[in-house]
Amino acid sequence: MKLPIYLDYSATCPVDPRVASKMAEQLTMEGNFGNPASRSHLFGWKAEEAVEDARRQVAELINADPREIVWTSGATESDNLAIKGAAHFYQGRGKHIITSKIEHKAVLDTCRQLEREGFEVTYLNPKEDGIVYPEQVAEAMREDTILVSLMHVNNEIGVINDIAAIGELCRERKVIFHVDAAQSAGKIDIDLAEMKVDLMSFSAHKIYGPKGIGALYVRRKPRVRLEAQMHGGGHERGMRSGTLPTHQIVGMGEAFRIAKEEMADEAKRLVALRERFWSQISDMEEVHINGSAEQRVPGNLNVSFAFVEGESLIMSLKDLAISSGSACTSASLEPSYVLRALGVNDELAHSSLRFSFGRFTTEQDVDTAAKEVRQAVEKLRELSPLWDMYKDGVDLSTIEWAAH
Amino acid sequence: MAYSDKVIDHYEHPRNVGRLDDKAENVGTGMVGAPACGDVMRLQIQVNDSGIIEDAKFKTYGCGSAIASSSLLTEWVKGKSLDEAAQIKNTEIAEELALPPVKIHCSVLAEDAIKAAVKNIREKRGEKTEEAAG
Repeated sequence: MKLPIYLDYSATCPVDPRVASKMAEQLTMEGNFGNPASRSHLFGWKAEEAVEDARRQVAELINADPREIVWTSGATESDNLAIKGAAHFYQGRGKHIITSKIEHKAVLDTCRQLEREGFEVTYLNPKEDGIVYPEQVAEAMREDTILVSLMHVNNEIGVINDIAAIGELCRERKVIFHVDAAQSAGKIDIDLAEMKVDLMSFSAHKIYGPKGIGALYVRRKPRVRLEAQMHGGGHERGMRSGTLPTHQIVGMGEAFRIAKEEMADEAKRLVALRERFWSQISDMEEVHINGSAEQRVPGNLNVSFAFVEGESLIMSLKDLAISSGSACTSASLEPSYVLRALGVNDELAHSSLRFSFGRFTTEQDVDTAAKEVRQAVEKLRELSPLWDMYKDGVDLSTIEWAAH
Repeated sequence: MAYSDKVIDHYEHPRNVGRLDDKAENVGTGMVGAPACGDVMRLQIQVNDSGIIEDAKFKTYGCGSAIASSSLLTEWVKGKSLDEAAQIKNTEIAEELALPPVKIHCSVLAEDAIKAAVKNIREKRGEKTEEAAG
């Protein structure tokens, strides 16, 4: 077995070898290196064909029209384009936006920027299970609401929002609905012919494609309009200028094609792996799953190990590549803002780890990981004064701690 | 984050982990930090009649640097007088362990812990604390 074991697929995935070989064909003199925007020769035509094939592959996974796919550099850019683009275009109708407290920073920080520009943003608090319920969105709607932006699957806790239901009530009120699907595409079903979503963000590297490429779905019927954020040669129907990176795009297309083909089987396998892992640690005392255990994407498990601090736990799990919270925030010492919003107390939030399993995870990986987690938690609890107090029957919440 | 070899050594082989009887007359206990902040240290010292620290034990909830800081501290205080122990500075701990700037607070917490333990044993022994003595 190769060490360390990679259990951080929610942060990023290795590129599938099938994807890598397709990408390699788009680079050299012998390959398909042309500029897809070159209209005057064969090199350009071939590159354009590859880009359009990939656009179709992406559209097929989510049951959309290829003309509704706009290439971007990744989900962060897609979120920026969707939210700023729609807010700026529709600001004549109103300046109120609804989102949630547990969105990715790409959404939250974009909303903060819009607040500085004079927009008003409502940040919904998810319920304890991590889900934002449609009735919460309905209650927050106002006359001047122009945009709702919510994630399909949360990156830290893996819970799934009911996008279809929220889409219905946005459509009724003619409010633009943006969904960040970076963590859901290729993992759970998305049918944009059915779901009333207007804008949807995608990333390639979360589903075994390359980093640096993503897409934004922009609905044609009813037509959704955006103000471009990147100006230049007018590529992507003026919505996103910049020379199209053929190799990246072909990689994303292939990754989405594979996902469509293998998603159902892969989901079953990942649920089984997750269950296998959980069954080996769930009998320990004071171990809690964060977020809904049922309404959850297959490969994710977010667990709090009470009385053990997450960073030191990761330090003892040298053979496991895992994260406390999301990769984007794990450099900071603050406990996860996502867990805090769920009402998880700070101490348990400090004690949480995210395990995410993926295409190349084996049963043996999971068994080794579970064994090491048990040992590390036991070792650190022996070192923990809080564990002593818990064992002595002291209620930690009754103690006056000196915050520092 | 890259940890120094000394932090890793203390983390993997913590010295003097354990618990002394905090009710005992010759044991001083310092408990500092808060679970909400991500670190809690309990440092205990056992002091003989001539005021020398004979034994020290710790338990720490916190990151590797917090565990290493308290482990190192237990090594340092053994054999010291209460006055000497109370003078240990966080900067000495940070320097010994090569703590990065974001982890300096771990050494501060360790300094607070030994000060609290010394204060506790002095109170038990009926001595005036330094602050009270002015």
